[in-house]
Amino acid sequence: MRLLSRIFPHPYLTGLLTVVWLLLVNSYSLNSLLFGFLLGIVIPFLTRPYWTDRPELHHPLKIVEYFAIVIWDIIVANVIVAGIVLFKRNADRHPAWVCIPMELRSPEAITVLAGTITLTPGTVSADLSAEGHFLLVHCLDAPDPDAVRDEIKDRYERRLMEIFE
Amino acid sequence: MDQVLEILIAVFLVIGGVFGLVGSFGLIKLNDAMSRLHAPTKATTLGVGGVLIASMLHAYAHEGHLSWHELLITLFLFLTAPITANFIAKAHIHRHETPDSLPVAGEDLKWATHDIAPEKQKSDSAPTDRS
Repeated sequence: MRLLSRIFPHPYLTGLLTVVWLLLVNSYSLNSLLFGFLLGIVIPFLTRPYWTDRPELHHPLKIVEYFAIVIWDIIVANVIVAGIVLFKRNADRHPAWVCIPMELRSPEAITVLAGTITLTPGTVSADLSAEGHFLLVHCLDAPDPDAVRDEIKDRYERRLMEIFE
Repeated sequence: MDQVLEILIAVFLVIGGVFGLVGSFGLIKLNDAMSRLHAPTKATTLGVGGVLIASMLHAYAHEGHLSWHELLITLFLFLTAPITANFIAKAHIHRHETPDSLPVAGEDLKWATHDIAPEKQKSDSAPTDRS
């Protein structure tokens, strides 16, 4: 078991690198599968000093659900932001900073949350607090900043809690 | 069948183009730096997404096999777009915002960009510990 985790310090990364290599090659063959797998072993092994923790993932189905929700939100919010850009005068717009308290503690989970917030239009995650317990988010148009905070906490953070912790 | 695919490709190209255009227009129209940051991060998601779907359909219709490079482009965009946006936002906070102009960071009191310890300002070498 020890030996196995020395060779595969990050099994998910190994899998991901193999898949990325197959996608780069753009056609499936045993050769490229084996070479991708080789890369998947060598790269995590060489970069091990920079990845000290192994994130634990629970509920694989929740990850799929999370992705689906995020993609749907991206589409919906894109339309809303396009509406704001095209039809709302700058004077009527209420840009706002929102401070979001986080219960998430693992760096990977916080990274995913911040990335999700930036990708969903209308919000950009700008900074982390000094101890990493709060996230600073800028909203393009937020007449009610508290509602934005509650939605991010309920929609994304709650699901990430289930996946990562 | 070919007709349907052609129409679908055209629709996705138009969707991608429109959102790319709106994103670029937002850069001109919005009037403060942080709001302007919203426009390009949006264009990368749905604007590029539409073009990529069109490209996948085109490969399927004309070459008869699915092309997976578009999925990779999406993956790389989703990895890099938030990071560039975050860097620009941090540069903006560093240069144009003071701790008073931002909301209070809860019990942590300061945001990371403003949290510069006195000894860190002097030493210019990067921290070496990897813990």
